[in-house]
Amino acid sequence: MADVHLPSALRPLFADLPRTVEVEAPTVLDAIDVLDRRWPGLRDRLCGEGPALRRHIHVYVDGERGDLATEVPPNARLEVIAAISGG
Amino acid sequence: MPKTVLLVGTRKGLLLLESDDRREWNLRGPLCESWPIYNAIIDVSGAIYAAAASEWLGSSVWRSGDLGETWTQSSKGLNYEGVHDEGLKLNKISSLASAHGKVFVGAESVGLFESTDDGTTFSLVSTLDGAPGREIWNDHAMQPPGHLGLSAILPFPDSPDHIRVIVQGTSTFDTTDGGKTWEPRNRGLRREWPPPPDEEVGFCVHKLAQSPDPDRWYQQNHVGMWRSDDGGMNWIEISEGLPTEFGFAAAAHPNDRETFYCIPLDPGHGRTMPDGQAAVWRTRDAGSSWQKLTNGLPGRDAYVGVLRDGMVRDEQDDFGLYFGTSTGQIFASLDEGDSWTELADYLPPIQSVRVATLA
Repeated sequence: MADVHLPSALRPLFADLPRTVEVEAPTVLDAIDVLDRRWPGLRDRLCGEGPALRRHIHVYVDGERGDLATEVPPNARLEVIAAISGG
Repeated sequence: MPKTVLLVGTRKGLLLLESDDRREWNLRGPLCESWPIYNAIIDVSGAIYAAAASEWLGSSVWRSGDLGETWTQSSKGLNYEGVHDEGLKLNKISSLASAHGKVFVGAESVGLFESTDDGTTFSLVSTLDGAPGREIWNDHAMQPPGHLGLSAILPFPDSPDHIRVIVQGTSTFDTTDGGKTWEPRNRGLRREWPPPPDEEVGFCVHKLAQSPDPDRWYQQNHVGMWRSDDGGMNWIEISEGLPTEFGFAAAAHPNDRETFYCIPLDPGHGRTMPDGQAAVWRTRDAGSSWQKLTNGLPGRDAYVGVLRDGMVRDEQDDFGLYFGTSTGQIFASLDEGDSWTELADYLPPIQSVRVATLA
């Protein structure tokens, strides 16, 4: 199982969404789809058409920048980050 | 006494101003997690819908069935997946309307969506395929900064298949077949830039307002104030007497087809009211003459702007007129614009103001 760390901005939008969720999925996109089944609409907040990650949403798998196709090994740490921007 | 609710869409969330007498107002918010709100409406059931576009989390329609106490949000179906033009991407949602049991959403890239289940899911009505100008308006190289895409939706109350929309920087369009085909409504307008290949379009329409006479419409666009006496088919210019041709916001009198309000702005980068003096302009003779209304508004050093959805009137017999500024003030008039009162200050930049009267 991978640990998925989610951005805090998502939590007000989905009831009972924790900061960290355990997910078993082969890729980042699959992991997001697993979360979307539990919290419908979550994928739309992270992905746009394509699907592609939204411009200011970044993912890191075990510390390495990834994308939706990046593999998620068992016991990986998958961080989903709302990029720092603005002023 | 009915309750009046102002929905104030700002760069930092939705704010609600509520009053039982339109004199004492209570402010609530910011709502919708402070997402930027381009537009907000109340439908006939009293449900609030807000078009929000987060830089991080994308665009979504927020809904509250209890006047803002609790919220849900959804963008299910608000995308261009499966559309034959693969270049289309939903960058923001910018306009909302409610009619005939549906919620309509306008987007950039240009598209019209609808929901028939109270904003739970959405489906694409049209990307205006076949309309003149369609081939270029989603090209980012051809767009004005901050492009809103489909910036206004005006459903006709007596004809479910008749909808008027504005594509920002391009045209007003009508569909009379529920979105299958679209026709421009720009005859008589002028422009001060080269025309596109199809000269029927290429007009920068900012705001349309219908008078109580369904044939009488008013338009504020990039280069003037205009009037139509045939339902928008033909336009004549009525800018003479105004301090500038440019402006965004406009509102029509509820009972008098000859009376109309606008807020002229400097047309350059500033886009604020001329000479630092806040003023609303009113015509009582369909644009033959204009009166400058300043009583109660800041008289000097007030470099304020008002955006295209920034002015509105309510539906009460002695109607109230309201506008919100780019510097976070709300002003109201209860005497047809003769005098104004500031209802709120220090709000985030205001992008839209809508009003509802609740029994």
